[in-house]
Amino acid sequence: MIRKTAAELADLIRTREVSAVEVAQAHLDRIAEVDPAVHAFLHVDTERALNAAKAVDEDVAAGRELASPLAGVPIAVKDVLTMQGATTTCGSRILEGWHPPYDATVVRKLLAAGMVILGKTNMDEFAMGSSTENSAYGVTRNPWDLDRIPGGSGGGSSAALAAFEAPLAIGTDTGGSIRQPGAVTGTVGVKPTYGTVSRYGLVAFSSSLDQAGPCARTVLDAALLHEVIAGHDPMDSTSIDAPVPPVVAAVREGQGGDLTGVRVGIVTELGGDGYQDGVLAAFHGAVEQLRALGAEIVEVSCPSFDLALPAYYLIAPSEASSNLARFDAMRYGLRTGDDSTRSAEDVMSLTREAGFGAEVKRRIMLGTYALSAGYYDAYYGSAQKVRTLITRDFAAAFDKVDVLISPTTPTTAFRIGERVDDPMAMYRADLCTIPANMAGNAALSVPCGLADGLPVGLQIMSPALQDHRGYRVAAAYEAARDAAQGGALIHRVPELEVAH
Amino acid sequence: MPSISRDEVAHLARLARLAVTDAELDLFAGQLDQIVGAVAAVGSVADQDIPPTSHAVPLTNVFRADQVRPGLTQAQALAAAPAAEDGRFRVPRILGEEA
Repeated sequence: MIRKTAAELADLIRTREVSAVEVAQAHLDRIAEVDPAVHAFLHVDTERALNAAKAVDEDVAAGRELASPLAGVPIAVKDVLTMQGATTTCGSRILEGWHPPYDATVVRKLLAAGMVILGKTNMDEFAMGSSTENSAYGVTRNPWDLDRIPGGSGGGSSAALAAFEAPLAIGTDTGGSIRQPGAVTGTVGVKPTYGTVSRYGLVAFSSSLDQAGPCARTVLDAALLHEVIAGHDPMDSTSIDAPVPPVVAAVREGQGGDLTGVRVGIVTELGGDGYQDGVLAAFHGAVEQLRALGAEIVEVSCPSFDLALPAYYLIAPSEASSNLARFDAMRYGLRTGDDSTRSAEDVMSLTREAGFGAEVKRRIMLGTYALSAGYYDAYYGSAQKVRTLITRDFAAAFDKVDVLISPTTPTTAFRIGERVDDPMAMYRADLCTIPANMAGNAALSVPCGLADGLPVGLQIMSPALQDHRGYRVAAAYEAARDAAQGGALIHRVPELEVAH
Repeated sequence: MPSISRDEVAHLARLARLAVTDAELDLFAGQLDQIVGAVAAVGSVADQDIPPTSHAVPLTNVFRADQVRPGLTQAQALAAAPAAEDGRFRVPRILGEEA
């Protein structure tokens, strides 16, 4: 049962072939068996999950219309979204034990859709990282090779999918934190157009870049979840008041397998030197598959993408240094050093020193530096100009093609510990994913093969509010890939040792 | 290439309210110097006449009706406070001895 897709599980529940409680229990059992080795979850709530499942079974039994096409389907939520009744830690000591007093809009939508929330998943502290090694609560391991990273920051969500602990998960993507974990775990990860999924209740890292989105094992499942969580929200002042792009319909169209007339652009700057040979081989294999489906393939240059990574590592830390100022030891979260003689300022400094990990401190200081008088124009100001150039490059490219493609990551999953002492090497994991965050347009990653036994991701980028284009191409590609390879790639993940 | 000294990192840490240790000062000085050296590449556009982008969605002045709506109760707002007293957040002293 745990190997079924979310769409299949929803159908089985709706037609009473299995109960939602049985589905939830199967996943809870799987978590108990394999999570000691994988450590995808920070918190599992068995009772809550079974109660939610029971409510769906009662609806089915009474013949009531179900709340959504995913009613009764289990889901894991990244621990950066607030949810009442459980702690929200963001992978940080500073929020250890914090019970938020409200639900994030995304969580509220999942509950309203009758979905069964299994628990909260591990992540790099405050979503800063590419490996989940920056969590204060221990690393998450990649089910494809337990000595390797599951990507980050949403490594817990993607590992939960690849370990068959959950059929769906929620991630957040500021510079690639949905897509890069998706790529290295052989799962599907989608960053919707900025502003189309509410940020209300998403603990802010870099407000102008953060975007929640679906994580799944198939493109259809991602689209079904996308339509549950997207939509305008007055509680988020950057939310776009526009209809949700028709992503499920686009997947159905794509599954027909015909991409005739679709123009696909390969981004010249996202490939070549510095990319692992196996990654490039898998990518070129995907390109040939798209060509065989009828797509017209051209190469498109986006010269400013070469400056995307440096600009991102100025803009995101700058915004983070401001956003994380709220962790001041006064209203919630950790407080240390309050011995009734120290000043508020000293307590604040001691608490932040004790509560934040090294990467968060590095980025706060980097952002503070970039925003300092005397440096502002050279660093932050220039990074904002680069952002304009990236947006212009995308606009010019989308005049010529319908979607842009690249490898999702330059390499496959690296070994745990390999890059922890070298921040710049870690940052390069986001080389291909950052441009879409800077411009705000839609982008997704779909598995496109293995390199030395490890998954490789194909990134498909679409214009803002045209998320359905990427879904259509991804669905067509996925169907062709599975037909050519004799089954879904995810089923080649090695069997995990089961704890008893 | 810019360089970040140990003293400069200490200054940044003070501004950011981080009571970093001596060992961290050494570590972060080296790492921040390396990172700033790498991100300085954006300086190649510094002199170009390009409008800055601060946000992907060009929204300004998002208004809503001025209506009363439910918020957190006092008890909810204080529930996670490190210290509370008489329905308020209790904080360490905020003024110096001589103030």
